[in-house]
Amino acid sequence: MREITVAQAINEALAEEMALNEEVFVFGEDVGDFGGCFGVTAGLKAKYPKRVMDTPISETGIMGLAAGGAYMGLKMVPEIMFSDFLGVAMDYLLNQVTKSRYMAGMQEEGKVCGLVLRVPAGAGIAAAAQHSQCVEALLMNIPGLKIAIPSTPADYKGLLKYAIRGHDPVVFFEHKLLYGVKGPVSEEEQLIPFASADVKREGTDVTIVATQMMVHKALAAAKEAEKEGISVEVVDPRSLKPLDTRTIIESVKKTGRLLLVNEAPEFGNALTEVGLQVAERALDALKKPPIRVCGPNRPIPFAPVLEKQWLVNEKDILAGIKKVMA
Amino acid sequence: MKITDEALVKLYGDMWLIRLFEQRAADLFATGQLPGFIHLGIGQEAFMAGTYHSLKPGDSVGTSHREHGLLLLLGIEPKSLMAELYGKETGCCKGKGGSMHACLPKNGALGCNGILGSAQTIINGYGFAHHVRNDGHIAVTIFGDGAANRGDVHEGMNLASVLNLPVVFIIVDNGYGISMSSKDSSVVPDLSARAAGYGIPGITVDGNDVLAVIEATGEAFKRAREGGGPSVVEFKTYRHRGHFEGDPTPYRSKDEVAAWMAKDPIPRLEKILLERHILSEDQMQAIKAEKVAIVDEAQKFAEDSPYPTGPESYADVYYHYEGSE
Repeated sequence: MREITVAQAINEALAEEMALNEEVFVFGEDVGDFGGCFGVTAGLKAKYPKRVMDTPISETGIMGLAAGGAYMGLKMVPEIMFSDFLGVAMDYLLNQVTKSRYMAGMQEEGKVCGLVLRVPAGAGIAAAAQHSQCVEALLMNIPGLKIAIPSTPADYKGLLKYAIRGHDPVVFFEHKLLYGVKGPVSEEEQLIPFASADVKREGTDVTIVATQMMVHKALAAAKEAEKEGISVEVVDPRSLKPLDTRTIIESVKKTGRLLLVNEAPEFGNALTEVGLQVAERALDALKKPPIRVCGPNRPIPFAPVLEKQWLVNEKDILAGIKKVMA
Repeated sequence: MKITDEALVKLYGDMWLIRLFEQRAADLFATGQLPGFIHLGIGQEAFMAGTYHSLKPGDSVGTSHREHGLLLLLGIEPKSLMAELYGKETGCCKGKGGSMHACLPKNGALGCNGILGSAQTIINGYGFAHHVRNDGHIAVTIFGDGAANRGDVHEGMNLASVLNLPVVFIIVDNGYGISMSSKDSSVVPDLSARAAGYGIPGITVDGNDVLAVIEATGEAFKRAREGGGPSVVEFKTYRHRGHFEGDPTPYRSKDEVAAWMAKDPIPRLEKILLERHILSEDQMQAIKAEKVAIVDEAQKFAEDSPYPTGPESYADVYYHYEGSE
């Protein structure tokens, strides 16, 4: 199968959905001729000059445009350049797109909300504390919202296409360090529904639940663990909300051990929800209490040497594996 | 702009419907029959009726939390709106929105936004949809002197201007944002002056003069409809009641209230109707009685309606949810 990068996979998903539906609109800061801050929307404006729009630096303006258009039945696919900027636009996620349909009582489906907000996230490019965060935990507690958080090119493409076909507001997390990562992506159309966790590696001793960049680091750590005779299963939930608890619990029932690996700070981390779901539904299956390997509870430093220390790496994950095995 | 006698009679009836509905809501709230809190637009009927006069079916109109009256004109049945105020199952939002979020999107009645300023960016999405669908309709957002100071309003106006959207921003300066005088919350006397910062037209008119309202909205709506882009229309008016029912209004003087009562928009229109021999006193009384009957019927319907049951609380969170948690 051909291999393409995550950035190409996202670009293909956008182009294909725009070709299928003339009411799909892509907009945000510098997404037009510039092709987006990370090059993800390159070439789209040339193909669809009226449906790919540069906006002023106006995160709330972008979100308002997206919300109103989505209520009118358009498919709005805005980009907020860094996920850290969601703080500026938070009202639209917390109070608008997730509440208006409910408060309206839907009213003959007069208030659907087909909105897919793409947000680049993650540390590792020396961008300091305001351009590096993974903020999915902030969004976990908002009924009405969906959160997609893929890790491979095929998953990015399949989940994004699925999200755009839907009628619910979605925050679609893209990890900056994954944009250049290649992987096999079918030329055939593939939609990946939410709440379909993917077992990225099968194993029998420990279940790792990880997202985005940490899926790749967990897979590397699993290889190392194998050398020491530990068989690690790696489960990528692919969407945090809705969450595929069934696949995760099946895995834990097999291994009896759970390790949660996420780039964001440990306290209040999004994956703590996974840990508690497992405890509530499959406590008997756990041979040991679940363990977290997450980021430190402090901002992300600029200096590359400090940023490297801040980030969870394969060694941290391997240590976590050994701890949960001990 | 020539306004027919027939249109003037309609405006008169509309203004009374709004006032009587709102007065009834005030009474029901005072006796503990309406839950939550309620903000009434008594005294501001002229700008609502006049703005509605300039709209066309299919336009999108977002209101503030003080414009139940405009929602009635946009086609929410008085029964359905009153039931929503009660939190009843038969309310226009099935009892899940209440006073502040009553709406009827299929009629373009978008309702109010509980977060001041956000509606002024969201309106651009409605305007954008009208623009790309080339349907000849416009999007209108109504907000107060208080909301006008939110940063989102700046982003909304700038983006509407940059994209040349068919959007009209209506600012209702009714003197106060809760207790803060609009004279203190901005040093600009006329908030429509802000339009200049976005390179779009802005105008301030007497919001208690229904004819002036029609002239201003007529021009702004026509411009937007014909591709001339967004503009700002500001109405100077006054709420007779407090910010919400129960507000003792210690922040305003008796003299100030009396001065504005003398500018009550309904007697002003009555004077025109009498002077032009369009309606007699008796005919005006008959119109008012007709509206009282509508409000009576709305109240009875709401009282007789059931409260929503449990399942309604679970509906409408998602269009489709894939998970089981």
